[in-house]
Amino acid sequence: MKTRDLSELAVRNLREAVLRNSLTTLGVAVGVASLVAMLSLGVGLQTLASQRLTRSGLFDAVFVTSQRNFRGPGQRAPVDSAPKKESRSLDEDARQQLSKLSNVTEVYPQIRFVTDVRYAGKSETTSVLGLPDSSRSSGAFEGMTGAYFSSPAADEAILQIDFAKVLTDQPPSLIGKELTLRYAERAALSKAADDDEALLDSMMSSGKPGGISIVPREKTLRIVGVIESDPSAGIGGFGGARVYLPLKAAEQLHVAQPDDLQAFLSGNPAKPSYMAFTVRVHSPKDVPQVEAAIKQLGFATFSLLDATKSLRLVFTVFDLFLGLFGSLALTVASLGIINTLVMAILERRREIGILKALGATDRDVRSLFFAEAGAMGLFGGFFGVALGWLIGQALTWGTTIYLHRQNLPGVKISYVPWWLALGAIGFAIIVSLVAGLYPAARAARLNPVEALRYE
Amino acid sequence: MPAAPMLIEAESVSREYRLGETVIRAVDAVSLSVEKGEFLALLGSSGSGKSTLLSMMAGLDRPTSGSIRVRERNLAELEADELARYRRETVGMVFQSFNLLPRMTLEENVELPLRLAEVDRHDRESRVGEALERVRLGARRRHRPSELSGGEQQRGALARALVNRPAILFADEPTGNLDSVNGEQILLLLREIQDSLGMTIIMVTHERPLAEKFANRIALLSDGRLISDGVLR
Repeated sequence: MKTRDLSELAVRNLREAVLRNSLTTLGVAVGVASLVAMLSLGVGLQTLASQRLTRSGLFDAVFVTSQRNFRGPGQRAPVDSAPKKESRSLDEDARQQLSKLSNVTEVYPQIRFVTDVRYAGKSETTSVLGLPDSSRSSGAFEGMTGAYFSSPAADEAILQIDFAKVLTDQPPSLIGKELTLRYAERAALSKAADDDEALLDSMMSSGKPGGISIVPREKTLRIVGVIESDPSAGIGGFGGARVYLPLKAAEQLHVAQPDDLQAFLSGNPAKPSYMAFTVRVHSPKDVPQVEAAIKQLGFATFSLLDATKSLRLVFTVFDLFLGLFGSLALTVASLGIINTLVMAILERRREIGILKALGATDRDVRSLFFAEAGAMGLFGGFFGVALGWLIGQALTWGTTIYLHRQNLPGVKISYVPWWLALGAIGFAIIVSLVAGLYPAARAARLNPVEALRYE
Repeated sequence: MPAAPMLIEAESVSREYRLGETVIRAVDAVSLSVEKGEFLALLGSSGSGKSTLLSMMAGLDRPTSGSIRVRERNLAELEADELARYRRETVGMVFQSFNLLPRMTLEENVELPLRLAEVDRHDRESRVGEALERVRLGARRRHRPSELSGGEQQRGALARALVNRPAILFADEPTGNLDSVNGEQILLLLREIQDSLGMTIIMVTHERPLAEKFANRIALLSDGRLISDGVLR
């Protein structure tokens, strides 16, 4: 029999016992819905975590330092290590070179320094960090009191709440107020500009003209935000800063960095160098290739790629268990299909006999029952996906209400991607067909003479 | 001049059923030949084995021993799919209890063998219409079996049996569930079909007067054995 005729007959047969077949299909739908709801929860949570982590900059970033040997006492160099090339400093040239590597989206220096902060007559020593403008979209500033920096080079500051509490009992009241940074500015010296003849003589005798000077400076910043968490992880290093300012503003301060001394000693004091660069890539999967390219350029690198692998493993196991629990309901539903079709064989024994008398092959009869099982799976799959999606929406809705009550932003915890929807429908059809195997085989085996005698 | 080959040749056909330790021989070494275009009545009382013999000739059942050759092919040796094809292409069947599918309309019932034979959809409509017109039910095509009288249902079943243009029409007690008027109408239709299409008809009946009136040959069975076989006209 042709597929179209088979489908028409199957749908007609399903329509005849509409209540029973609808209930069986509903059973499949509930099974599929539980599977979809469970997996959509898994996918949703994974997506949520991935988005947050990706936006945090931890997993699509390579941290670059120079290859200088800072081994402590008693630590030996690896025996098999190849002789190192001369270590390169992280200066502006290096930054440009790193920016040109493929799949690199952004390169920025880590500008971090310890300084005195003065506010309302109080003076506190704390750590300051420059934040790149891309940190605006990292998600780290969601729920912050106040606002993000008005421009990439604004003279503004965001305070971490613990530090804000040191300054005042009412941290939100700090917004709009001004604080002053006292820091050490690094300035390059030229031979002509230097009045210190002794120093000049000493430098001339060593064959290295020029030098650096450290000048105390003050900078007044307007406080625009107070943040609960530490947003600096990934963006500018690994946390710990209490006062944040725009990276460009921080760069313009020319704060003396520990590497300045090294630059001075290496005879190139005019070029500022940095402790480290953060290299952002298009996606976490680009990290190994970019990391290798950076190492080729003679820098040391560090990334959290292994952590993402572990994260994926955890979520895969999580999804597997959610899928297994969801499949249990579908297994129960498949028993319903078997029951319905076995009952249908008993009721339609005579019809099977007639079909065979009219020339239907065993395969035709088997296919008809298969098609009916498959149709129940198809309809059940569609309804189930819709129902599962609704359950997921309800979970998201409930979670959002709860989070809002806790003064937290809402999140989408359930997500039904197209592959899950299609996969669930396909799985429902397969389960239904497997459930239809026995009834279909039994129907095909019926002897037509005996079937025709059946009343 | 050599004689034309027989359409059906049954040779020492037996059919046994086992009921625990007991073996029941429903058909016992029956040999019978049917020519093309004959109207043969298998006559006998209940349990004589006539329906069993008809089922075997129609390819619904297989003999325990012996052979049934139709167009020189032994049905007993055919694979299940080949036997189904024989039923679909060579044979039409009419039953005592009509056996129309209740949830289908008359035309859908008549169309069913064409679906099974994978006849093109465009051809189906004309062939269904032709078969229904032949049994004078053209106006009732959209009715369900429950909306038809017994005679109409049997005529509908006859249209379904004819729609595939079979070479042989098997009728198992076609008048058994009908009153005498409707019964005669059905048999008149069968005669008409035999005359106009040259179709071979084999009918099982226990009503001798009807068999004598419409068939042109009667084979009498009793206790599974062929008692007599004679041409009437």
